[in-house]
Amino acid sequence: MTEVLAADGRPLKASLNRALRRQKLRALALIAPLLIFILVSFVMPIADMLFRSVENEIVSDTLPRTVKALEGWDSSSGEAPGEAVFNALYTDMALATEYKSHTRLGSRLNYELTGVSSLFRKSGRRVKRFDTDVYADAFRDADPAYADPGQWAAWMSDDTVRAAVPVTAATYDAWAKMIVEVDNDDPAKEEPWDFVYTALYNEAVAGASLPVAVDVSGVEPVSLRDQFVEVDKDWLDIDVWQTIKIYAPKYTNGYFLNSVDLLKGPDGAEARPESERIYVVLFIRTMIMSLSIMGMCVLLGYPIAWLLANLRDRTANLLMILVLLPFWTSLLVRTSAWKVLLQQQGVINDVLVWIGLVADDGRLQLINNQTGTIIAMTHILLPFMILPLYSVMKTIPPSYLRAAKSLGATDWTAFWRVYFPQSVPGIGAGCILVFILSIGYYITPELVGGTKGVFISNRIAYHISSSLNWGLAAALGSILLAVVLLLYWVYDKIVGIDNVKLGG
Amino acid sequence: MSGLPPYASTGQRVWYYSFRVICGVIFFFLIAPILVIIPLSFNAENFFTFTPEMLAFDPAGYSTKHYQDFFTNSDWQLALRNSLKIAPVATILSVSLGTLAAIGLSQSHVPFRRAIMAVLISPMIVPLIISATGMYFFYSNPYIPIPFYGKLELPFTLTGTYWGVVLAHAALGIPFVIITVTATLVGFDQSLTRAAANMGAGPVTTFFRVQMPLILPGVVSGGLFAFITSFDEVVVVLFVGSAGQKTLPWQMFTGLREQISPTILAVATILIAVSVALLFVLEMLRRRSERLRGLSPS
Repeated sequence: MTEVLAADGRPLKASLNRALRRQKLRALALIAPLLIFILVSFVMPIADMLFRSVENEIVSDTLPRTVKALEGWDSSSGEAPGEAVFNALYTDMALATEYKSHTRLGSRLNYELTGVSSLFRKSGRRVKRFDTDVYADAFRDADPAYADPGQWAAWMSDDTVRAAVPVTAATYDAWAKMIVEVDNDDPAKEEPWDFVYTALYNEAVAGASLPVAVDVSGVEPVSLRDQFVEVDKDWLDIDVWQTIKIYAPKYTNGYFLNSVDLLKGPDGAEARPESERIYVVLFIRTMIMSLSIMGMCVLLGYPIAWLLANLRDRTANLLMILVLLPFWTSLLVRTSAWKVLLQQQGVINDVLVWIGLVADDGRLQLINNQTGTIIAMTHILLPFMILPLYSVMKTIPPSYLRAAKSLGATDWTAFWRVYFPQSVPGIGAGCILVFILSIGYYITPELVGGTKGVFISNRIAYHISSSLNWGLAAALGSILLAVVLLLYWVYDKIVGIDNVKLGG
Repeated sequence: MSGLPPYASTGQRVWYYSFRVICGVIFFFLIAPILVIIPLSFNAENFFTFTPEMLAFDPAGYSTKHYQDFFTNSDWQLALRNSLKIAPVATILSVSLGTLAAIGLSQSHVPFRRAIMAVLISPMIVPLIISATGMYFFYSNPYIPIPFYGKLELPFTLTGTYWGVVLAHAALGIPFVIITVTATLVGFDQSLTRAAANMGAGPVTTFFRVQMPLILPGVVSGGLFAFITSFDEVVVVLFVGSAGQKTLPWQMFTGLREQISPTILAVATILIAVSVALLFVLEMLRRRSERLRGLSPS
């Protein structure tokens, strides 16, 4: 069989493939700018949020030495850690105070254990005034070289000295880095701070050979453990150390455990005390309220969609305006309308009092509770139920109903056995749409929901703007996102994303 | 359902009329809250309910003072200006990028079409509070992480800036542009572009002279959706923006939450007028698009 050739003499197949490839590339080139735009402005932010829900570098970044020293500590011993850990804590704390990161770490750990924030703040204030200056004085008195910043810098760039006093060298490096970064000074012109001398003293006691030999046996050792305990005896509290140890790793599932009312204990997840459980209740409430809103929407939307689908086109188009106008009206306009209408002195209560249904002193509490949220959100989301229902019902031929009736079915049987099953796809689509939209709602519950009628999204916003517990906000958001994506997937299976219709 | 047949039984008659009444009540529920705001915004008092003077149609009960407040109060004017500065730019961004991508997506051979579509539609599906959270975190980074490259350092951060809000709003508007424009392109006859190419038009000329005029109604209605998305958006602006980007919905939101003032009702009435106008334009566009499509051979 001879090969078919294209006009330019190449095999036809290759020629076609080339054309196809070119077409694909052209399509991709058209899509690429938008895809990149969406990736940067939308997908990456979502990824950032997911990452933040497990990220926990702050502990090991702020207290690197303490975290390392704590590895050897057994939390089940019932004893606070020993001198070595407090030595590490001293250096970390002195540096963190300069970087002002100790308060941030304090607030971070305070989410897990109340009181840590003030403990860190207090210790940060006092750590520079610890009694460790006796070490510095001892070294400086023994040999003036120890008081010379230039000499220190020379030692610390000498590999044999560094090998002899490795801990001091590392501490000096951290100190020098801090001097450059925070104070914008030259470390070769600044005398090292007390904690560098403390490290040197500890190594001297342990028998390291110092650059200039000094006899330190006469110096009275200062117990840093006692120093810290003097600031606050909470430093002897096992819980504090346990919290630091548990949250030492760079990644944690702690935020996720928090968002389902669990606690990250030394041996894994534990149940939270009864009084601190709020999120599971909140998730369940969000679900139940979204389901009731969805139910209300089906109940109110179905008759309307049926009427619109079965009226003459002219009338239906006119009535459709009554559905589309609320759909197009600003969300805040509708929410403010409900806020005004539902007040105790608002129009609805006034009308009820005027009719005589309720007494003037017994006005109904319609706002700042779950009733308010459900009424307002049903109104806001109702068009999202009517529109898909309508587009499905439009495709059901009215002759089916007539056929059923002519075969002897009653009105109800004809509707229930013939019409309703065909409208189920529309109900499904509308329900998922309304449910997806309602579980993520923020504005309306915030304004009309009071404290009892708020959703999980309001809690997320609270953690971002008020409590500043961003990790927890990210974890709650990730859970919500997972639920929504699951529903979205179901919606895609039933309706298809390509079939999303806007405004009829 | 064209009226009752003459042989309908009493039960059927009762049901027929009560069904209409039920539907009437539901329509009332849909439209009344919006309509009630309009007369209330002309209240001469600072009340949120009808005063006896208003119910008696006494002209003294009505005034335009809340409108005057809106047009003279600097907070509201700043908010209006911000809204008008942010929404059009966000719309232009999402329409230009979105239309190009929609044309790409409507070609016959697009690899990973479904996956790309899912990504592009996602800003509409993900709850706003989650988008806002993510953007709040991400836009405060002074860098863009690029896989296999590292961090692309930026000399600025986007949180609290005009461009941060514009970028976020453009992302939120894109799904609407994609959906409406791809829907219009389904009815577009691809042989028209081939015919244009055949007659010697380059791709750019073909696009502007042949394709664009035909899909214009879809592009404009997508743009209107994008505009209203941005104009109406409050959650993302609350998180990403700062006081300098305070938009109209933001001002309304804080007004409703803190010191509720009747000026909000005046603003609401103006916004209702805007949405009526938008609805009208969209309906015109839909009709025009149908007419154009009817003309093109299919």
